Amino acid sequence: MRLSPLTALIAGLVFGFGLLVSGMANPAKVLAFLDLAGAWDPSLALVMAGAIAVGLVGFRVAAGRERTLTGAALTLPTRRDVDRRLVVGGLGFGIGWGLAGFCPGPALVALGAGQGGALVFTVAMLAGMGVFELLESRRGTTDA
Amino acid sequence: MTIAWDQFTPFTALAGGALIGLAATALILFNGRIAGISGIVGGLLRPTRGDTTWRLAFVAGLVLAPLLWSLFARLPDIRIEAGTPLLIVAGLLVGLSTRYGAGCTSGHGVCGLSRLSPRSLVATACFMATGFATVFVVRHVVGG
Repeated sequence: MRLSPLTALIAGLVFGFGLLVSGMANPAKVLAFLDLAGAWDPSLALVMAGAIAVGLVGFRVAAGRERTLTGAALTLPTRRDVDRRLVVGGLGFGIGWGLAGFCPGPALVALGAGQGGALVFTVAMLAGMGVFELLESRRGTTDA
Repeated sequence: MTIAWDQFTPFTALAGGALIGLAATALILFNGRIAGISGIVGGLLRPTRGDTTWRLAFVAGLVLAPLLWSLFARLPDIRIEAGTPLLIVAGLLVGLSTRYGAGCTSGHGVCGLSRLSPRSLVATACFMATGFATVFVVRHVVGG
């Protein structure tokens, strides 16, 4: 039996619960965190802190392995260079995040919670990703 | 700066964050993959044989999390303040930029920082900066 879809499903569920418990699935709370000049809600800094505290241990364990616990290939990103795409992409993402208070994970969780606005955001996000694929494939053909 | 102490939820923030870190740890140790939502979703638009099922399973977990939650408890508040046009613009920007910059809050912010990746540190600094700036402009310059 292939375990990989099952473990991915469980990881997705736990990730989703984490977003719900932490309040990160609520765009109003995300915007309250990003609003330094208003009534600032620092909660989301602690979400990051909690996630990274556990992640530091998890990824330290992962870094010493070439195989997953079920024997599949385990590959960690190796790039260390900072290029223009990374910076421009990061800057653009922050603007979108600040406009609606949604980033990709919370949007999918809010979609599951039946929020119509999350559906609008998710469809637009998929369209944005589609535009990227289109630009990349064009780039690929001109490069070749 | 005014801190909204009545909105501050340190314990659920830390607990939810820890769940997110746990989910990211599970995905790397069992599936050998980084829990970056934009990358996982984006990869579905460029399907590769043998690389699709785990992505769909993880996304299903995120979407199903609130449904499973609501069987046992009342869902936490999810309040979307942005209207439809703003959600569309934000979604397009988030979709395009996260693929361009190879990551979002989960991939760079949680997993990347947990791996102490310099690329992710730069990306996170970029999207945090424009996230803060965007909310400032929307709420205190345009909306003020």
